[in-house]
Amino acid sequence: MPELSLSLLIQFIANGFVVGMYYTLLALGLSIIFGLIGVINLAHGALYALGAYAAYVFSRHLGFFPALVLSPLIVAVLAMAIEVTMLRRLYLKDPLLSLLLTFGLAMVVEQLLRMIFGAAGLPFDIPQRLQGFVRFGMLPYSRYRLFLLIVGILVIALLWWFLERTPYGRIIRAGTRDPEMVRILGIRLAPVFTAVFGIGAAMAGLAGVISAPLAGVEPAMGTAVGTAAFVVVVIGGMGSFWGPVIAGLLVGEIVSLFVLLYPPAADASMFLLMALVLLLRPRGLLGERWEKFE
Amino acid sequence: MAVIKRQGSEGKGKLTRREFLRRAGAAGAMALTSPFWFSYIRALGEVPIKIGHITPRTGFLGMLGDFAVKGATLAVEEANARGGVLGRRVDIVFEDSPNPGVAVEKATKLIERDRVDVLIGEISSASGLAVADVAKRLRKLYMNTGWNSDEGRGVRCNRYVFHVEGMNTMYTKAVGRYLFRKREMRAWYFLTADYAFGHDLLRVSRRLLRQLGGREVGSDLVPTGTPDYSSYILKVRAARPDLLFLNLAGVDQTTFMKQWREFGAPFPVAGGVMDTAQFWAVGREALTGVWPALWYHKIKAPGVADFVSRFRRRWGSPPDNQAWADYTGIKLVLRAMEETKSTDSAKLIEFFEKGPRFDILKERRAWFANWNHQLVQPMYIVVPKEPAKAEDKWDIWEVIASVPGLEESLVEILPTPSENPCELGSL
Repeated sequence: MPELSLSLLIQFIANGFVVGMYYTLLALGLSIIFGLIGVINLAHGALYALGAYAAYVFSRHLGFFPALVLSPLIVAVLAMAIEVTMLRRLYLKDPLLSLLLTFGLAMVVEQLLRMIFGAAGLPFDIPQRLQGFVRFGMLPYSRYRLFLLIVGILVIALLWWFLERTPYGRIIRAGTRDPEMVRILGIRLAPVFTAVFGIGAAMAGLAGVISAPLAGVEPAMGTAVGTAAFVVVVIGGMGSFWGPVIAGLLVGEIVSLFVLLYPPAADASMFLLMALVLLLRPRGLLGERWEKFE
Repeated sequence: MAVIKRQGSEGKGKLTRREFLRRAGAAGAMALTSPFWFSYIRALGEVPIKIGHITPRTGFLGMLGDFAVKGATLAVEEANARGGVLGRRVDIVFEDSPNPGVAVEKATKLIERDRVDVLIGEISSASGLAVADVAKRLRKLYMNTGWNSDEGRGVRCNRYVFHVEGMNTMYTKAVGRYLFRKREMRAWYFLTADYAFGHDLLRVSRRLLRQLGGREVGSDLVPTGTPDYSSYILKVRAARPDLLFLNLAGVDQTTFMKQWREFGAPFPVAGGVMDTAQFWAVGREALTGVWPALWYHKIKAPGVADFVSRFRRRWGSPPDNQAWADYTGIKLVLRAMEETKSTDSAKLIEFFEKGPRFDILKERRAWFANWNHQLVQPMYIVVPKEPAKAEDKWDIWEVIASVPGLEESLVEILPTPSENPCELGSL
């Protein structure tokens, strides 16, 4: 155990923030679909893996940066096709059915990836331009992680602007809270839900692309990540845009600090936080009272 | 076969209609079934030899499990192409074991329901120890081809289990002796996978460091499946060790390596175990460190090149150490059956315990230690190969040493019976 100095503590808090951004990116897509359509998307991890595999294919031909844009789009298109052909039929039925559908999809996607690309992981390097580190005084920090931080902030800003400041965003928010009234106003909601599912899936895909150079690409990569994303969503609470953002950052910090102080519980620490939040605020940190889920 | 008996003794002279139908029906049934009888009797002479193979196909060891199955499949196909064993076809039943609970279930099912003659496989130490207990309880030979736990060759060893896979002590002694002889790396930091395998490896690597006169400057247990190592790396960096010693396994190891390079690989790295297949997946750029290898497809030994080209023809990639282990495990079991002319576990065990020498695609012949059933064999020390020198994308390691050295006995890298006591027990 290295000596616990102020400098080390600051390093851990700063790094925890970046780790937190990673968790936020993981959870945003899940939170959007959950919060706006009310579907618990158990295929979230699978969409994340799909994004990483798409990036693997694209980046070999086009380079990393085009892949960063294209892969989430491909995942979104696939997801919207799934929404239109299958998921849509289940909105008004027992929520268990959409759980079963997305759970099944997750298994199908994982096995398909295994069939097409093989069970072995695929090499995926950090793009040339983002390799190496930036120095902060004496301490070098990974350039790629700073890039992750910037992408995270940009994506959150863009999503917030879209949902809170544009007419489309208003329709989405209104449609999820009071679909009947929106319909009476003459707005068709079916395409809105499709779009929301697409956006959520694109976010999962983007998280997959971003983490591919860090954690590698393999068929089961979505499984563990899916659990972490759920924890973040539960801590953040539903119905609030900032819930998963704050929860993601909190999870990043707490995991990072547990690594510093007591690493065997690093994995468990996010669940501890979740239990604590659920005890004190059953709806999550920023969860709102929402008739649909009461 | 069926003859309609005349009922004439009572003088009636003719069959009743009912009696006729009954007998004709019986005759028809016999005639219909007789071909099946014949084939059944034929098959009895050729009851296939059945091997039960068990290994994780999903999760963080799934990638290795895939190679295990490929190696085992090739061994069985080759045996059948040569006309089988003891004049019988060899069948293999594959089972997936994602966790210890399922592993126990599958091992029991293979023995009790599929009636396999031997068990082989497994990679996870937690699952492997559990399967070893099943083998002992149900009295079946179990050939371990993938898990390293010293406990399994020590306090929890048993008579029914043999180990083709190296034990943790062998791996750490191989790499540790090399590190101390070649370089001055005395202050170590350990990162350890937080489950049976890692704890076991940490124990033996600590013991080794003490024996070699080094000191420990830090040690962390890491949960399996951790996606992000940045915090651990910051901590290691602050402790300034001479060497970071990794006791990680599976995908965790390669994920760590990628991120270690991302932070500029601030200190030399060595590892307690290494599976080549994992490192094929990291990408050459992320490779660093000094590693022990159980087997590598570029070692110079008789038969290796030929085995590699057969494997490549069948599966499209060279075999890794896991494929080699399952291939070798099956070859050893079939060899024992041929020598003993039996598939009885007790006979096979006695054969192995006599210590016959086997050619295992290494430059020296191997045997099973009679006190703990570990296959005594050379290990290799490897470092990343310069990309310019590599023949193809699979050619990632430079083999820099075979340990123990040719002048030493192979048992040098095993623990002594007092370091890792084992009571094999009775059959």
